[in-house]
Amino acid sequence: MVAGKGNFHMSKIKTTPGYRIFTILNTIFMLLMIVITAYPLYYCVAASFSNPTQLTLNAGKLLLWPVEPYTMSAYQKVFSHSLFLSGWTNTLFVLVIGTVINMVMTILTAYTLSRRGLMLNTPITVFIVITMYFSGGLVPGYLNIKSLGLIDSLWSLILPGAISTYNMIIMKTAFASVPDSLVESAQLDGAKHITILTQILVPLSVPTIAVLILYYGVGHWNAWFAASIYLQTNSKFPLQLVMRNILNSANVNVNEMMGDVGVEDQARYVELIKYALIVVSTVPILILYPFLQRYFVKGVMIGAIKG
Amino acid sequence: MTTKFQTAASESGLGKSNSLLARLGRDIRKNYGAYLLILPAILYYTIFCYKPMYGIIIAFKDFSPGKGIFGSPWVGLKHFEAFFSSYYFWRLLKNTLSISLTSIVFGFPAPIIFALLLNEIRNMKFKRVVQTVTYMPHFISLVVICSLIKLFTAEDGIITSLLSVVGFEPVTMLSKSRYFVPLYVISGIWQEVGWGSIIYLSALTAIDPGLYEAATIDGATRWQQTLHVTLPGITSTIIIMLILRMGSVMSVGYEKIILLYNEGIFETADVISTFVYRKGLQQFQWSYSTAVGLFNSVINFAIVFAVNQISRRVSEVSLW
Repeated sequence: MVAGKGNFHMSKIKTTPGYRIFTILNTIFMLLMIVITAYPLYYCVAASFSNPTQLTLNAGKLLLWPVEPYTMSAYQKVFSHSLFLSGWTNTLFVLVIGTVINMVMTILTAYTLSRRGLMLNTPITVFIVITMYFSGGLVPGYLNIKSLGLIDSLWSLILPGAISTYNMIIMKTAFASVPDSLVESAQLDGAKHITILTQILVPLSVPTIAVLILYYGVGHWNAWFAASIYLQTNSKFPLQLVMRNILNSANVNVNEMMGDVGVEDQARYVELIKYALIVVSTVPILILYPFLQRYFVKGVMIGAIKG
Repeated sequence: MTTKFQTAASESGLGKSNSLLARLGRDIRKNYGAYLLILPAILYYTIFCYKPMYGIIIAFKDFSPGKGIFGSPWVGLKHFEAFFSSYYFWRLLKNTLSISLTSIVFGFPAPIIFALLLNEIRNMKFKRVVQTVTYMPHFISLVVICSLIKLFTAEDGIITSLLSVVGFEPVTMLSKSRYFVPLYVISGIWQEVGWGSIIYLSALTAIDPGLYEAATIDGATRWQQTLHVTLPGITSTIIIMLILRMGSVMSVGYEKIILLYNEGIFETADVISTFVYRKGLQQFQWSYSTAVGLFNSVINFAIVFAVNQISRRVSEVSLW
């Protein structure tokens, strides 16, 4: 029925010439959007494989293909950089442990707040929601981490953000939407809270849980600021911070990256290495992304319904 | 024993055991299992959210790490006065507002327009490709995005070169203060326009197809349908999103700016939050920067509150 209506609607439209022109322009616009979005990333890939000397000569030109002769040397340099490898390890640690802690905390909190008839739920909710609007701010937050002895520890990237209140509310909404009858019959059978949570609520909320894992995971992957203020030892830096330090410097900490390359080549290599670094750190997300896209999109909807 | 007695008493309607404390005691005893599960969260919020809030009092003290928060001497409003009378105050306020308002004026309508245009694409496969590609930048880290901006807008960068064809002077754009706000806003739109459109696309699919049919029978053109059916259909979504956006008008995030700016363009690029970051964590003026940060959050909250009140009155849509 709906499809029929749609066809009726469309066939009517196609008759007006104005709309046909609009459709053509609109399609061109969308094609442009694809190019504008995708090309910068493609450019990085092409540039990273290019010959550094030729790339400098071709500076400012649109690349459709790497400038010959191709080279993998930028990648070799990136992968042989000691901080790059420790960066990956640190990021994976924070990503895995951090997301596990996020999910455990979020699920436990959401469970209790989603139960009805608990007298303390309203005060606890107020206690939690206040923190969405007020915070100590940058400096008191830093002093707090310092007083807890977390400076220069990877835990300083995990513990301060152990729960996102926003995500917790999304989780709570999902738990609250599970039919009461299921929970009640389990309670009659004498099930404990933890059993109700793990055997009934969690299995019925898998889509929301998947969305939140992705949100927390991407957050950890992309985070760099906390690391830049809390960490001091280079070998503890996560990938994003290592990248920022390399990408930010005009001439990459030359000694570490360049090794045997001559002084003149160094300047040319810098840009190449930056592109290679961008590619290497972005590709994992971009490869995973199309498979996960529908979960992410679902997450926006869940958030919207709550909002 | 006590529990039984109290339960019995409350059932028989005897007043005393129905006092708040008694009911609370019964509630906790009955539901201690559930409360136990939320205990870690209460600890978390206490340690990582409320304890730093207590730390705000250093805005009214002369904090030094040696003396600690408690032991540092009170100085009243000294730091606030210093900030309000400083040369930077008006510049920071102006930059914060201009970056934020420019972002709203151009960045807020962009995903709505994009969603409306995308909605007109009838080829589902093509539509899905456009969506997949345009959502992508949302997931790229700010570190990478800002490096791209820097590389592409450098003196020999690709964007600078393309612009020089139409007569722009080829300069490193981020070394000129007049280019900062446009670069900040345009790159923000580039990154978020696709992702931001999701919410509107879903609102569009919720519009009753019968309305379009009726409009077509009444002889409405496509453009009239957009004005009189489509737009009203997503108005409430637009209003909610606008409220949320307006609430953050005074809180321009520091992360992207820190990644992009340099001393040469502080004139347009330095905002309150980046100022707090530099004074506090790089120059160790703990109390002064806390005072500036507190000023910012108070204004923020006042704006959120005001926007919420206004929208409740005007559109009956509100956050709380």
